[in-house]
Amino acid sequence: MDALLLHRLHFAFTITFHYLFPQLTMGLALLIVALKTIAIRRNDERYNQAARFWAKIFAVNFLLGVVTGIPMEFEFGTNWSQFARVTGGVIGQPLAMEGVFSFFLESAFLGLFLFGEKRLSARAHWASAFLVFVGSWISGFFIIVTNAWMQHPVAYRVLPNGGYEVTSFWELLMNPWALREYAHNMSGAVITGSFVMCSVGALYLLENRFSEHGKIFLRVGVIAGVISCITQIFPTGDAQGKYMAKQQPATVAAMEGLFNSKTGAPIVLIGQPDEVTQHIDNPIAVNDILSFLIYGTVKAEVTGLDKIPRDQWPSPMPLLFYAYHIMAGLGTYFAAIMTIAAFLLWRGKLFDTHWVLWALLLSFPFPYIANTAGWLTAEIGRQPWIVYGLIRVPEGYSKYVSSGNALFTLLGFMGMYTILSILFVVLVYRIIDHGPAVAEAPSILTNAAVKVG
Amino acid sequence: MGFTWFWLVAIMLVCYVVLDGFDLGVGILHVFLPQSEEERQLMMRSIGPVWDGNEVWLLAGGGTLYFAFPLLYASAFSGFYLALMIVLWLLIMRGAAIELRMKIDAGVWRQFFDGVFFIASALLAVFYGAALANVIRGVPLQADGYFFLPLWTDWRVGAHPGILDWYTVIGGVVALVALALHGALYLAVKTEGDLQQRARALGRRLWLAVLLLTFLSLPASIIARPDTLANYRIYPLTFGVPLVVFLALLGMRFFSRVSDDRKAFACSCLYLAVMLVGAAIALYPRLLPSTTDATYDITIDKALSGPHTIHVGLIWWSFGMLCALTYFVIVYRMFRGKVSLGGGGYEH
Ligand code: HDD
Ligand code: HEM
Ligand code: HEM
Repeated sequence: MDALLLHRLHFAFTITFHYLFPQLTMGLALLIVALKTIAIRRNDERYNQAARFWAKIFAVNFLLGVVTGIPMEFEFGTNWSQFARVTGGVIGQPLAMEGVFSFFLESAFLGLFLFGEKRLSARAHWASAFLVFVGSWISGFFIIVTNAWMQHPVAYRVLPNGGYEVTSFWELLMNPWALREYAHNMSGAVITGSFVMCSVGALYLLENRFSEHGKIFLRVGVIAGVISCITQIFPTGDAQGKYMAKQQPATVAAMEGLFNSKTGAPIVLIGQPDEVTQHIDNPIAVNDILSFLIYGTVKAEVTGLDKIPRDQWPSPMPLLFYAYHIMAGLGTYFAAIMTIAAFLLWRGKLFDTHWVLWALLLSFPFPYIANTAGWLTAEIGRQPWIVYGLIRVPEGYSKYVSSGNALFTLLGFMGMYTILSILFVVLVYRIIDHGPAVAEAPSILTNAAVKVG
Repeated sequence: MGFTWFWLVAIMLVCYVVLDGFDLGVGILHVFLPQSEEERQLMMRSIGPVWDGNEVWLLAGGGTLYFAFPLLYASAFSGFYLALMIVLWLLIMRGAAIELRMKIDAGVWRQFFDGVFFIASALLAVFYGAALANVIRGVPLQADGYFFLPLWTDWRVGAHPGILDWYTVIGGVVALVALALHGALYLAVKTEGDLQQRARALGRRLWLAVLLLTFLSLPASIIARPDTLANYRIYPLTFGVPLVVFLALLGMRFFSRVSDDRKAFACSCLYLAVMLVGAAIALYPRLLPSTTDATYDITIDKALSGPHTIHVGLIWWSFGMLCALTYFVIVYRMFRGKVSLGGGGYEH
């Protein structure tokens, strides 16, 4: 097999697996802060129990995020050494800042949050939850800054030895692409958190166990869910699309499946792109909408792939097309189901409307799919560039790492991550099955304490 | 500036080795020392709330290395590809074992993770020692700044070295034993009673091995890399470093005799730190020496990032480190003292 392809698969596999966990970390961290805040405000112990229950799931999830994140930090050097060497002076910076500013913060206060509830005052414990939340969101920011520079390089110059360096630190952090990407991505993480919380809540109500806590989960989850599902589409998704149309027209043309430039360009809802005949099979399309979405007027012309040299088409183009459509399609579904749930919650009927509870119960995998599809859109859309417009992907990989070595470690990661997934599912299942009530009375053996001081 | 960043990165790695070193040490002792489930839990708990934070020094150090010396990051990480990937897998296994062991109260589950914890910790120590020895020995760098090493070839320090050869294996063994001792001394600080007595006794035996291996490592380094002492001859003051190594070793012995566990552990931290500083002095101003041609050496000047990057870096780095140190003080104060079982609040 081709070494370049294997390095790409290696990176894609490990980062995709990694991101399954941080999205829940970042979403839940916010929701746990919300639970703890309500607990203090209303002096309601049930919310504390709910927070403790989610903290357990959070801990397992965080661990998986940590152990799968460590390889990412090094993979730029191992698999993309030429890329790392030239761009280290720019993107090494936000990556190092992620470690220095957020991982230390997160790991320190997560320890206090998980182990310190009995020793800390209610407010101090709230503060440790809050700092874990801040840490994980800062972490997300720096990693997005890294990625955004690859999508839309700013504030750099080329040194005599061919390396890149930042010219303005501030401009790097305030990259307009990064701000849009961050808003959209974080909103997506909150969607994952709320759907997972709603799903467990719906399960408890449908099973008639822990109903009190189930209702809390649904209340908090649906409110956070309806807000984040709407911000996901507008303004953040909309802003991403518009900005991309300006900066990466090739990407937009490919993900929309627009082979020919057009005024009054149609939006294709479903269809199968054929790169050879440059045609969409079985299209369901609505005229004018795409022009309107991007430029706010149906008269505008949208650049199609015909205007893009063939060697600059993102590839694989059909996968990009599907990834984008899966994300946007699921986004529409999320907004719809959460709006219905929020309406029923407001009318006091949600807890008795079984079909909505069932829908919420079964929906928890979809945000994971949507977030992954979104990242596929971003990363395949960036092709064939590793740094948009500056460095092509084949110029970036580690030439001296043979395809045999890359395949060996790719298979190793696959095996390792399969085992981790099984352990994760078993442990989370047990936590959910034991329910929040168990959190009140920790058994000495499994939940015994460190007595400190 | 190059000088500053060389030492800043070195200090971060020293912090990593000293801090995560005792986590690894506890892991290495995990199958030998404890005699009951209770004691195993105590050992796990002694590192439970801190190991993750300790590991962050590796990530933050790696990140800092990346932006300060991108050439070194790119060359070394791709050149040591397989070894590095194995280290990553071991780090995954180690982290999973610590966190997952307590989650299910079943004999087989726990024994499985006990085994994983031990194997991963021990092999990590060996790989870290071997990594350092590789950097001292040098690698077959090419003109474009890259190299690639297989895991092993003929086990000789020659024209076709592997990541493992007789010299780097010695480095691995030194690290294994030194970190086991570090862990034993840490446990003596954190535990009481029987377990503490056994930790101290094992510490005394390991100490002798560390002493012998430390003395063995010096001539081995000189055989593997004849100019190891060049910098020391140029700056004779640096001979103070081996002297401190020696004093730290004596201190460990003395303080464990008088059962002053904290000071003995502090001496072990000092020992690890000055051993690494000693290696850094031997390297300076090289970051990765070449075995093929001295002009291919990766030096500080060759690898350093652009001027603006490293100036701005210094500002946020200092600020960030100050924050990080504050968190460490808070966390270690919260969890200071002896560990024990029982009570509530360890939601884990
Ligand atoms: C729950 C997940 C989710 C949902 C429902 C949506 N997105 Fe999204 N989208 C993401 C999760 C996501 C993501 C995984 O978070 C990405 C990857 C990179 C990023 O910043 O966010 C992303 C990227 C992404 C990109 C590519 C940006 C780039 O290349 O950097 C565009 C153009 C959109 N989104 C647009 C939309 C639109 C118009 C949606 C309307 C329904 C939408 N997204 C729903
Ligand atoms: C900020 C974080 C990220 C950075 C810096 C980053 C960087 C990279 C790099 C260096 C590559 C290899 C070069 C290439 O094929 O273009 C890559 C490819 C890829 N990444 Fe990302 N990535 C990030 C986040 C993500 C996330 C979160 C996902 C998915 C969930 C993802 C999915 C992929 C995929 C699928 C590829 C392969 C693309 C292809 O081969 O066509 N990335 N990314
Ligand atoms: C290529 C890109 C990436 C790298 C190098 C990377 C690196 C890491 C590392 C090393 C960790 C472990 C932290 C610890 O020990 O505490 C981690 C965890 C984390 N990562 Fe990533 N990551 C990448 C992609 C992403 C993306 C795209 C996001 C989301 C925006 C993200 C968000 C997080 C968060 C929130 C954590 C901490 C919480 C957790 O572990 O679950 N990462 N990452």
